[in-house]
Amino acid sequence: MENRETYGQVVSLPPRSADVATAQPLVQGPCALTDVHPLGLADPAGMGFVLAQLPQDAGPVLWVQDHASRRENGRPYMPGMRGFGLRVPVLQVRVSHPRDVLWAMEEGAGCGGLSAIVGEVHGAPQVLDFTATKRLALRGEKSGVPIYLIRSGDGGVLSAARERWRVSSLPSDAHPHDPRAPGALRWQAELFRARNRAPGRWQASYDADRPSAADRLHLVSEADVGALDAGHPRSAELARG
Amino acid sequence: MRATREVRSLPAADVPVVLTRQGPHGPVVCACNDAATARGVRAGDRVVDAQAINPDLHVEPADLEADARLVERLVHWARRWCPWSVQDGRDGLILDMTGSTHLFGGERAVLRDMCQRFALQGLSVQVAMAPTRGAAQALARYGNARMICGPDDVGDCLASLPVQALRIGGTPLSVLTRLGLKTIGLLAGVPRAALMRRFATLPQDQNPLVLLDRALGRSPDPLNGPADPVHFMARTRLGEPVIDPYPHLQGLVNGLCDALGEAEQGARQVVLTIYRIDSECRHVPLTMARPTRDPVHLRRLFEGKLDSIDPGFGFDLLTLSATRVEPVSRIQDRLDGKRDTQADVAGLVDRLSARLGRDKVTWSTWVQSHSPERVEGRVPALAGAPVPPEAEVEVDRPLRLLDPAEEVQVLYAVPEGPPQQFRWRRVVYRAVRHAGPERIAPEWWRDRPGTRLRDYYKVEVQGGRRFWLYREGVVHDGRGGTPRWFVHGMFA
Repeated sequence: MENRETYGQVVSLPPRSADVATAQPLVQGPCALTDVHPLGLADPAGMGFVLAQLPQDAGPVLWVQDHASRRENGRPYMPGMRGFGLRVPVLQVRVSHPRDVLWAMEEGAGCGGLSAIVGEVHGAPQVLDFTATKRLALRGEKSGVPIYLIRSGDGGVLSAARERWRVSSLPSDAHPHDPRAPGALRWQAELFRARNRAPGRWQASYDADRPSAADRLHLVSEADVGALDAGHPRSAELARG
Repeated sequence: MRATREVRSLPAADVPVVLTRQGPHGPVVCACNDAATARGVRAGDRVVDAQAINPDLHVEPADLEADARLVERLVHWARRWCPWSVQDGRDGLILDMTGSTHLFGGERAVLRDMCQRFALQGLSVQVAMAPTRGAAQALARYGNARMICGPDDVGDCLASLPVQALRIGGTPLSVLTRLGLKTIGLLAGVPRAALMRRFATLPQDQNPLVLLDRALGRSPDPLNGPADPVHFMARTRLGEPVIDPYPHLQGLVNGLCDALGEAEQGARQVVLTIYRIDSECRHVPLTMARPTRDPVHLRRLFEGKLDSIDPGFGFDLLTLSATRVEPVSRIQDRLDGKRDTQADVAGLVDRLSARLGRDKVTWSTWVQSHSPERVEGRVPALAGAPVPPEAEVEVDRPLRLLDPAEEVQVLYAVPEGPPQQFRWRRVVYRAVRHAGPERIAPEWWRDRPGTRLRDYYKVEVQGGRRFWLYREGVVHDGRGGTPRWFVHGMFA
């Protein structure tokens, strides 16, 4: 009977707490063009981060690599990638110039049979400018094929990518059986520029044995959430908590 | 007709040469030249026996599949003399020359022409002409050289030949030999009823009476030759020589695709040929991952491929021919109206390969090997669809592999132990944790002798990077000095 006064009225619920919002953010499905900058020399953490987001049950992946990137970072090694959980075939394209990488990726972006496109370019070449990335992003949006660009040796020049990540390796977890051996891998993933969401920094772990692809990449927000500056309404709340 | 392919510059004619194939108890002779035949070597002999008798015997392995392909092609090539031809046995051709000998100046001239043209190709032949198929092959294999047998003297010509000439073998042959019926003439003299009674249970192609009737023309034995392969080609003849081929390409592509569409075929390989007015020609080949007859796709593949052609003073003839075709039906394969995604990927492979090169666009192929760099090979994507590996690699493998492995300077506590610190690309890394070693021995059946084993370690350094290092060899293994260390890959 107490409810009679509020019966039939619109009641506004309290907003979700800041903890829920920042602890469970990440990968919201693929976006048109994602830049991944590996920190450190020849660090495959960026490649692993991309692999963790690739679909597992669709068409082949187009993997384009230029000569400089191949020399500096090594070649993608399929036995390792299959062990990492990748089950789709990979169409590898090896070119000598970054210009051809962009051309091959644009060709691939028009092809609906691919599940994803991964390009690797080393050392911020001239051709990989804002215009080129914008073309890629528009093509990717049109066809719906997610495009990932791994840019090693690149300080973060201008790009039209919808999301830009910096990924680096972190010391791994303890091995369950051998204290001297490295255990499950961990990365630090920093989203430093994004179009439709707040930037942030996370600790990522990956478990290839999970049955569902969505569960494999696990992200935990770091304590110092760099994304929430002092002006953000939830920053004070987070600092208290 | 018997074809023996002379593949390359073989020894002189007086050197005995045999071709061998694998028998159940080692190699056996499969074919031999005249010099070897004169020495008594026969097909079916064991090679070791023949070599023991003739130490100077030249032995080569036979390529039976290539021989079969050659005979298949010769069947069609032989239609220069007549409209119907068919393969006969493993090494013979039967040509139905009815009504076409006069075009070459008579029967004797045709046989001479055949011998000459086969000799020009490096093939030795035995030819004969007879009214029936069975008689012709018997005379060619067992009769005199270039024998011509008229319709009335078939029985006389065959009479002196052994019964094997009729392709009688196995049990009926031994029965006939036991009865003393060694020649066809003797066989033909036996009353039909007696032969019929004795061999009634045998199938048609083994029954001596049926074979004899066919050879003598008493029962029909028609020729069923394979159809001629259709050659798909479109051509454009120009009144005046021109320099730029691009404006004429669309018409050519449309013409070819229309022809392919009518025959429900798709092209896997096309060649554009440009005939210059100085009687030179230039070829531009293209290969597709899937048979196609889409004019837009074909036209796109030629983008940029013709820029490097030197047109000289111009050209006046362009042809576009499909050199490899495969059937593609016109039946709709989807009901939901969506695009065929596999065709999309095949089209992408075509475009990438046409522009970047066939070897640059690859799928992974899987090799059974212990060596980490050999496990994965590359196969051109144009060659076909990707195949998944037969078995997954269960052990931990890095995401990246350095090719070749890069040498590092290492500090270690014990020579057989893991590294404590290493220096790679002028940066010092201090190892914190390690897993291993995983010992991978060299493959003695593949590697050079003296190749050292490898001990692989997964090493995590300060800061979190994970490397895949190996030590090549162990101390005092007698295969070189102090073992060297290499970085071979990086884990995520």
